[in-house]
Amino acid sequence: MEIPYTYKARPDTGLYNAKVGIWLFLASEIMLFGALFSAYILLRVSAPAGFWPETALAWPRGLLNIPIGTFNTAVLITSSVTVVLAWASLKMNNFAKFRVYMVITVACALAFLGIKSFEYNDKFSHYVVRLKDGKALTGHIEVNGKHPGFWNFNDQWSVAKLAEQKIDKIKVELDPLRDSHGHVKHGAHHESREISVSDIVSLGSYTPATHPFFAVYFLITALHGLHVLGGALVLGYFAFPGAKMWKSNPEQFINRIEVGGLFWHFVDLVWIFLFPVVYLL
Amino acid sequence: MSLKAFHIVFVAASVVLMAFLSGWSFLVYRETQSTEHLVWSFCAAASVVGLVAYGRFFLRKLRNVSFL
Repeated sequence: MEIPYTYKARPDTGLYNAKVGIWLFLASEIMLFGALFSAYILLRVSAPAGFWPETALAWPRGLLNIPIGTFNTAVLITSSVTVVLAWASLKMNNFAKFRVYMVITVACALAFLGIKSFEYNDKFSHYVVRLKDGKALTGHIEVNGKHPGFWNFNDQWSVAKLAEQKIDKIKVELDPLRDSHGHVKHGAHHESREISVSDIVSLGSYTPATHPFFAVYFLITALHGLHVLGGALVLGYFAFPGAKMWKSNPEQFINRIEVGGLFWHFVDLVWIFLFPVVYLL
Repeated sequence: MSLKAFHIVFVAASVVLMAFLSGWSFLVYRETQSTEHLVWSFCAAASVVGLVAYGRFFLRKLRNVSFL
């Protein structure tokens, strides 16, 4: 038995099955990301006044790299343009152009993930060092000439671990001074400082356990990253092994590309909201 | 809603984001006097113009495709 309305529109709704299905799925996705955005905003507005890390639960500002975030935004906007051009090429019966645009789309998705993983790695090796005199320093640390990641020192035993390894001093490459909005002060630069391990109270890297900001930031961006990865896999499938359908059932294939493109636009639209909320505000 | 209609929504959202980024960068420039932020502001403003032009081109190119 043939499944009806796989490529022809239902007369009552004017839509084919897959389009109804993808919009129902996207509605559930809006609820998922909407809840996470709400969590972020509620945590942010209820955070105490002051500056993190001096005030433990104050909202951190200026920790994310805005030029990298902007570049990633441009990458995703480009991928949305190319996915829609891929669909339009099929509508104009030009399969060769479709494949070129699809490959560019997948390349953009992989570039986005590569840049995001670079950002993650930077955060995982970025430390907050709390001292006995009440001060808190942030920056990349150097222990025995190496830059450790969160897997080395990120729990209540971090200082004990340093003592166990008979390390008396660590070097901290301090972040440049920032104003109350988190912007780097004019002319500020990185400084290095040696700190005695005996002066350190705690040592932890920028991981979800460090602050609610990191918990929500990593949760939303990692979930978004998984969507990018899933979308890239599906679009990559359509570009190569799944493209066989273009010969057997071109109308249904065009519809598949449209549905994939709708998902991809949703993923990109999430980032369009995520970028200003997390990076800029 | 077709991919064509969603793409228009997406381009409109991108235009709003870039306009916001331009304004935000300009405000930071006024506070910090950092030339980098002034350049960012101009680049974001230029991308607003580029995206609006692209949106018009896209609508012209796909005028025969349904919004549904």
